[in-house]
Amino acid sequence: MSNHLTGTWALLKLALRRDRIMLPAWLAVLVAMAAGSAAATIPLYPTLAERIKASETINTTPPVVALNGLIYDESSIGAIAMVKLSGIGAILVAILAIILVVRHTRSEEDTGRLELVGSTVIGRHAALTAALIIGFGTNVVLGILTTLGLIAAGLPVAGSVAFGLGWMSVGFAFAAIAAAAAQVAGNGRAANSLAITLLGVTYVARAIGDTAGPRWLSWLSPVGWQQQLRPFAGERWSALLVSLAFTAVAVAGTYALAARRDLGAGLLPDRPGRARGAAFLGSPLGLVWRLQRAGLAAWAIGFLLLGLVLGNIASKVGNLLDNPDLQDIILRLGGEKGITDAFLAAEFGLASIIVSVYGVQSIMRLRSEEANTRAEPLLATGISRLGWAGSQVAMALFGTTILMFATGLGAGLAHGLALGDVGGELGRVLGAALAQLPAIWVLVGAVVALYGLVPRQVVLGWVVLLAFFLLGEMGPVLKLNQWVMDISPYAHSPKLPGPTLDYGPIFALVAVAAVLTAVGLVSFRRRDIVA
Amino acid sequence: MTTPVSISSLVKTFGSTRALDGLHLEVAEGEVHGFLGPNGAGKTTTLRVLLGLLRADSGTVRLLGGDPWHDAVALHRRLAYVPGDVTLWPNLSGGEVIDMLGRMRGGMNPKRRAELIERFNLDPTKKGRSYSKGNRQKVALVAGLASDVELLLLDEPTSGLDPLMEAVFRDTLLEERQKGRTILLSSHILSEVEALCHRVTIIRSGRTVETGTLTELRHLRRTSIDATLATPPQGLDGLPGVHDLSVDGTRVRVQVDNAHLDEVLRALTTVGVRSLVSQPPSLEELFLRHYGTEPTVDERGQTETEALPR
Repeated sequence: MSNHLTGTWALLKLALRRDRIMLPAWLAVLVAMAAGSAAATIPLYPTLAERIKASETINTTPPVVALNGLIYDESSIGAIAMVKLSGIGAILVAILAIILVVRHTRSEEDTGRLELVGSTVIGRHAALTAALIIGFGTNVVLGILTTLGLIAAGLPVAGSVAFGLGWMSVGFAFAAIAAAAAQVAGNGRAANSLAITLLGVTYVARAIGDTAGPRWLSWLSPVGWQQQLRPFAGERWSALLVSLAFTAVAVAGTYALAARRDLGAGLLPDRPGRARGAAFLGSPLGLVWRLQRAGLAAWAIGFLLLGLVLGNIASKVGNLLDNPDLQDIILRLGGEKGITDAFLAAEFGLASIIVSVYGVQSIMRLRSEEANTRAEPLLATGISRLGWAGSQVAMALFGTTILMFATGLGAGLAHGLALGDVGGELGRVLGAALAQLPAIWVLVGAVVALYGLVPRQVVLGWVVLLAFFLLGEMGPVLKLNQWVMDISPYAHSPKLPGPTLDYGPIFALVAVAAVLTAVGLVSFRRRDIVA
Repeated sequence: MTTPVSISSLVKTFGSTRALDGLHLEVAEGEVHGFLGPNGAGKTTTLRVLLGLLRADSGTVRLLGGDPWHDAVALHRRLAYVPGDVTLWPNLSGGEVIDMLGRMRGGMNPKRRAELIERFNLDPTKKGRSYSKGNRQKVALVAGLASDVELLLLDEPTSGLDPLMEAVFRDTLLEERQKGRTILLSSHILSEVEALCHRVTIIRSGRTVETGTLTELRHLRRTSIDATLATPPQGLDGLPGVHDLSVDGTRVRVQVDNAHLDEVLRALTTVGVRSLVSQPPSLEELFLRHYGTEPTVDERGQTETEALPR
């Protein structure tokens, strides 16, 4: 076994060198988010009565609980301050772990770099081990820094430690899941998608468990285990064991899988392909469709299921309200229909962020095609640059539309069936989902612009998406100026379904998206093709 | 008659690096033109400018009578390009890629396609990710050669091919040559260039250092002489046009500029010649002299940048 690990140290140093900017930046954002929202929340609720009122409002508002989780001690300022970070924040921790581990395992295999490195004195498990050490090590550092940050912000020590450990345990679990996905999947992109799908599915399970029930669903999710640690709410340290045991089992399974598989191969063997190209495979649009239709279909099924779940929860939201104050407000807002609509609007807003991930990734394919020199032979034929890049843009716009359509269709069907009024609800809910598209297209346009203007920095698209997302999620907590929060296109998406629809922002968003896309495409036409 | 490729004083810079620095290149119609130069001399950069993938900083570039940057699409329908480093889509089969590239170019000859697949012994049903480097190269070659185009641009097309396939490639290209196809062939394999090319251009550090037919290049150059004399010679190194002189007793080995052969031979015969072998310089010698050892810029004219996460 020790032979298999020879060279781990060298690979570890190489990986740290490659990530010397990305890792500290990501850690800084997460720690600043945690400490910042703790510091911003503490002065908001100085008295016990205010805390209990705030906690009750959150705990009795199912959309908020579904999104983030429950507050387990309504008198605890720490529990109130950190509820959002134990939900959405934990997702970011998980995504960091997944990206890190896949990047240093499967993606390295795809480029053939691992083959080059692997032919030197490097054991067969060295790369996997190095990636896991990076994944675990980063989360240990994250846990420690977060704990220190929360203590510095003025929260109790025990809860801060529990919260830091909680984030660490989420990172551990998803580092292990990503490592296993890297063995099963056929390439890096597929490994990322597989691990992130698992994150999404378990998060939805937790959302259902925390709201509509049954409660045990929350225990299917690493994020749920972290919340069961109950930081600042009478810490239950034993919940940590669940995470650690899961991580250990997943790591053991990963090594077993890795020992059975050849470098570069997934677990599933390649089948022979067609000897002739199908008739549509003669244009850039045909190529984009041929390459991406399977992936889009898988995403669409995922979003249809998500929509069904959301629609189902939405129809039960009204029954769950047991806070008399809130019920009054809701009645004034238009009754039970008001709260279910508000729930769906919030969930569609979140779905639009995830669909944006698809859109951003889709445009970034242009860059990877160019950098891998796959674009070169195509652009040396009779197809224009505009035709080539425009096809991918078309696919991104089409794909995001399909995904929001699937979400809306699922939610509308489930909601309509529950109310016994599919005909009335389906169109309304579907329209609400589709109304989120313009904001998504602004993101798509921004990445096209980056691609045209600064192709080597197109990865900044993720930074833009993350920044807009954080503006929406953390802006109100950090009490940012409204105009700062208005920079995000998602701030201008209509909150639908709801009583009113203002077409102004929709047209404005579409116009911005169109201008950004045009800037990107025109710049691309005028610049060099660079590897 | 137009000149399919005509480049003069071409300059292309990447940041502070001058990848192409006043390059000249002319390819006549119906000609197979060898394009030679050490790694990083600017061959691939030149081809990319010709394809309109890179924009020239200065100089004039004409391709098939048009401007490769502005008329890219129209010109590309009349040419086929085979890159030296072929990357395929992992989940597309070789057959799909060949058909796709052919259609994008405006059609290919199905009979020719089948014939080439047969000759190159290519399995078109394999997926991109499972091809070896040589097989990926074959996919690009079949796609390029199966199209009925005026001009072939080949960038080290045989890299990764086994000797058997290299011979197939050579035969195929000889047939194209017979048909009068214009071909620009960038290559490092001198026997290949010798067998296929009418004329060659040698570049170095982004500049053209030599151009002409192989015979011309040889004749303009030196002759190597290996002679055994009656007595040890005197004063040979004082003669003009003498290079790399080595005297070992009565044995003399020397490179002589062809313009000064008379003087050197006269000097040798006065001493008395017992045996004499003279030969034109080999291609290798010719190239080695031009390739030299001076540092050159990287082929793509840029330094390796660290890969960004995708």
